[in-house]
Amino acid sequence: MQVPGTQVAFFVDSTKCTNCKTCEIACKDFNSPDDSRRIRRVHSFEGGEFPHVFAYNISMSCNHCEDPICVEHCPTEAYTKRARDGIVVHNPQRCIGCRYCIWLCPYGAPQFDPVEGKVRKCNLCVEELDGGNAPVCVAACPTRAIEIGSLADIASRHGATASIRDLPPADLTRPSCRYKVRKEALHAPAR
Amino acid sequence: MVPVSIKLGLRAFLGVSRTAAVSNEAGGKHDPSTYRELANKPAEAGGVRIVPVACNNDCGARCPLKVRIENGRITSISGDDSPDLTHQLQLRACLRGRAMRSRVSDPNRLKYPMKRVGERGEGKFKRISWDEAVDTLAMNLKRTLDGYGPGAVFIHHGSGDLGALNGVAAAQRLMNLLGGYLGYYNSYTSACLNYTAPFITGRRDTNSYQTLRHSKLIILNGFNPAETIFEANSNCYLSQAKEAGARVIVIDPRMSETAATFGDEWLPLKPTTDTALFLAMAHVMIAENLHDQAFLDQYCLGFDEDHMPEGVPAGETFKSHVLGFSDGTPKSPEWAAPITGIEADVIRRVAREYATTKPAQLIQGLGPQRHAYGEESVRAGIVLACMTGNLGLLGGGWGGGEGSRSMGIDVGSLPTGMNPVKATIPVFLWTDAIVRGTELGASDGVKDGPLKSNIKFIFNIAGNTLVNQHADLNRTVRILRDDQLVEFIVVSDQFLTPSAKFADLLLPADHSLERNDIGFAWSGEKYIVFGNKVLDPPGEGKNEYWWLSRLAEKLGFGQEFTEGKTREDWLMQIVIDAQKADPEFPSYEELSRTGYYRKLFQDHVAFEKEIREPAQNPFQTPSGKIEIFSKALYDMNHAEIPGIPKYIAAWEGPEDPLRKIYPLQCIGPHCKRRTNSTHDENAWMEEVDPARMWISVMDAVARGIVEGDKVKVFNRRGALKIRAHVTRRIRPGVISIPQGGWYTPDRDGVCQRGCVNILTSQRPTPLAHGNAQHTILVEVRRA
Repeated sequence: MQVPGTQVAFFVDSTKCTNCKTCEIACKDFNSPDDSRRIRRVHSFEGGEFPHVFAYNISMSCNHCEDPICVEHCPTEAYTKRARDGIVVHNPQRCIGCRYCIWLCPYGAPQFDPVEGKVRKCNLCVEELDGGNAPVCVAACPTRAIEIGSLADIASRHGATASIRDLPPADLTRPSCRYKVRKEALHAPAR
Repeated sequence: MVPVSIKLGLRAFLGVSRTAAVSNEAGGKHDPSTYRELANKPAEAGGVRIVPVACNNDCGARCPLKVRIENGRITSISGDDSPDLTHQLQLRACLRGRAMRSRVSDPNRLKYPMKRVGERGEGKFKRISWDEAVDTLAMNLKRTLDGYGPGAVFIHHGSGDLGALNGVAAAQRLMNLLGGYLGYYNSYTSACLNYTAPFITGRRDTNSYQTLRHSKLIILNGFNPAETIFEANSNCYLSQAKEAGARVIVIDPRMSETAATFGDEWLPLKPTTDTALFLAMAHVMIAENLHDQAFLDQYCLGFDEDHMPEGVPAGETFKSHVLGFSDGTPKSPEWAAPITGIEADVIRRVAREYATTKPAQLIQGLGPQRHAYGEESVRAGIVLACMTGNLGLLGGGWGGGEGSRSMGIDVGSLPTGMNPVKATIPVFLWTDAIVRGTELGASDGVKDGPLKSNIKFIFNIAGNTLVNQHADLNRTVRILRDDQLVEFIVVSDQFLTPSAKFADLLLPADHSLERNDIGFAWSGEKYIVFGNKVLDPPGEGKNEYWWLSRLAEKLGFGQEFTEGKTREDWLMQIVIDAQKADPEFPSYEELSRTGYYRKLFQDHVAFEKEIREPAQNPFQTPSGKIEIFSKALYDMNHAEIPGIPKYIAAWEGPEDPLRKIYPLQCIGPHCKRRTNSTHDENAWMEEVDPARMWISVMDAVARGIVEGDKVKVFNRRGALKIRAHVTRRIRPGVISIPQGGWYTPDRDGVCQRGCVNILTSQRPTPLAHGNAQHTILVEVRRA
């Protein structure tokens, strides 16, 4: 899907991410304080064999994919990929809670709350962005590991990748998110 | 066993059309309604306020926060929004501060004064009026003072909500007017470090975190800022150091989040064996002549025979001990390997690297000193920093623990006055002071004793050490249940904590968002925070100063206690005094508006003066030198308090025969979701970091335990239940249970929330009489 404007993307420096969960809580405080959802989550992975063990953390919300499968298949068109910045926005007013997107998204971005009966996901804090502020997770990260920028710029950074050992293959939805990871996390074992 | 928590959903792609979706933004039909607009009713005009508040939990920091208030309720919390500059980073709050709203608005907050109606500890209470509460308190306090004297009153360690005008200080102030109280020294945090460091270097001093970026090598010994989150920016500084090229070695039985993120190398040693590792590193340096002899000659006492105090026979030096001259056992890497579990070649390589890389910084966390012989690890760490000539060097040096209040901005707090009762106990022995206080002597660490009375009355304010954070909870609870021993316990808290359940009188406390207060960091950043009152306490919740003023009045010391000042008056006085001392210190109004006052930080290098100008700045030890050999300790003539640092095999350590019954070593590290036990009740914290015991794959397989299993952990002192996390990130033979879970016993006394202190021992460390709460042997089985 071509975005006429500049595709906005996350850059997460996993080599600085301590799995501290501050992004999860800051996001929750802003976006889902009254329900069980945590729209941004930090996933922790480990590999190797004792004592030569490695571990790394991936903070992830919605990747605002270039091929957003949620946009493609939502029966009520609750998802929009904004033309100007490629942000995939979910409109809860149109959501009927069918959870098809949850089944489709390889990253677990949409989350369902049984009380509300709807799905929600990261809208990249569009209200903050439109007001000239950083998304909440970016402003909150204690190690400054999360940034946003244009996908073109972020993808060209040294070491930036979306192909990570424990994540789904990036060519499925072409996520607008790049990570810097330790070298062990790059190696993709045969699935 | 990779815990893939991201749903891969690959099957979703089978048969799904890949035709390009069309951006359907046209016509504005999906003009995005924001979640926040939907969640929060639009505020009335002028109904939105953004107010600075403070996170006053007892980590090392105090973080500035900003709450957004719409129509009288908090709708979000944001952090420091000053410019984020390399030399002055924003003070970004951690998850605990960010989750403050979930804590402060918890419906389970205590709301009314209550008195106990069941057995003590049963948790049955009846609501009473504040008048009755103050009357009850006055009557019982007077009875105690009349019957036993002021030395029977104990104001417990309580740091759950620490501002400049905290309840503990107010209680101390009142008791000093009434004749005093039994005081204590030490803390649960850093007993061995604080007690021991002065014997070697005259005082405790640490580098500031900012110096990390000058280090070429950083060795972190049980230092885990990624999870203790002791301070807003320690992890940022570590990350800056890495970017500047530092190599980081982490010594820890667990691959902590610090080790995982910042560690280039992980040395998973057996708990309690840090000193053996350090001695072996010293052996390598001496054997290969890599040590800085000039530094040792100039600044140190006790390394070799040429630098020993008078009156000590030959063979007592550090070098002699390490090379095995005195006991026939060279402390070689081969000697240390089976003790520590670290291969001899690794020890040798790390020792060489440390000795040949300058500047190199060794930071010891507080975990290694919270062990059976925690004193020795502190001493051995300093010796290594001296042997490598790193002490006093920018980017080098030695850090015991994390940060220091002395680096912050000096502001006053409520004056407490002088305590007429001179006797003090090491805080860890307070349960002993209940059952045999008058029998405790100098060998128990009592100073200016003996005690004139056992403890009969306890003020427990903003503290959970009355039960939860103390050791051996089954013993503690047995002692507390007996109201013939302690006759009256008053607790002031925000929640019905495990400690609060043992109150005779339970008082509802305010939260830092419900009063104006000043908070000061003791982390090393130079700032103070001002927290505004943005909410009323729920129900009849009150700040301790309020009820202590009424109590003082009832006992005839009202004027002396308050000096006619309200709490707010005291706060203003603190600001006025601070302005006198520092012309740049802002006014009360300005502080209230900005939320904090901060100064540009200068790198603090511990002992820099003593190293740079030794003649003018001798170390504050008897010899004026760094006392690798301490005559003061040697003269104690105590097998567990040697003149030089030695490895002493720990009781309930890896060499204890008790391992035949309880084969696993258990440590209780601090975790990110709690500040000690604060926030255990916080529902948001439970979501992001539920309690889990780490167990190695090997130990789990041997016990048929799989990820997520509920397990029972037990030893002869008690038992708890917790879920297991099976991981390669912990040394086989070791488990870890994050400390601070709230003691929740079932009918059989088995804790259901994984409070590690049901397993810990009350046996104190030999010199500091500190808490050895990470030294535990246990067994685990599926529950």
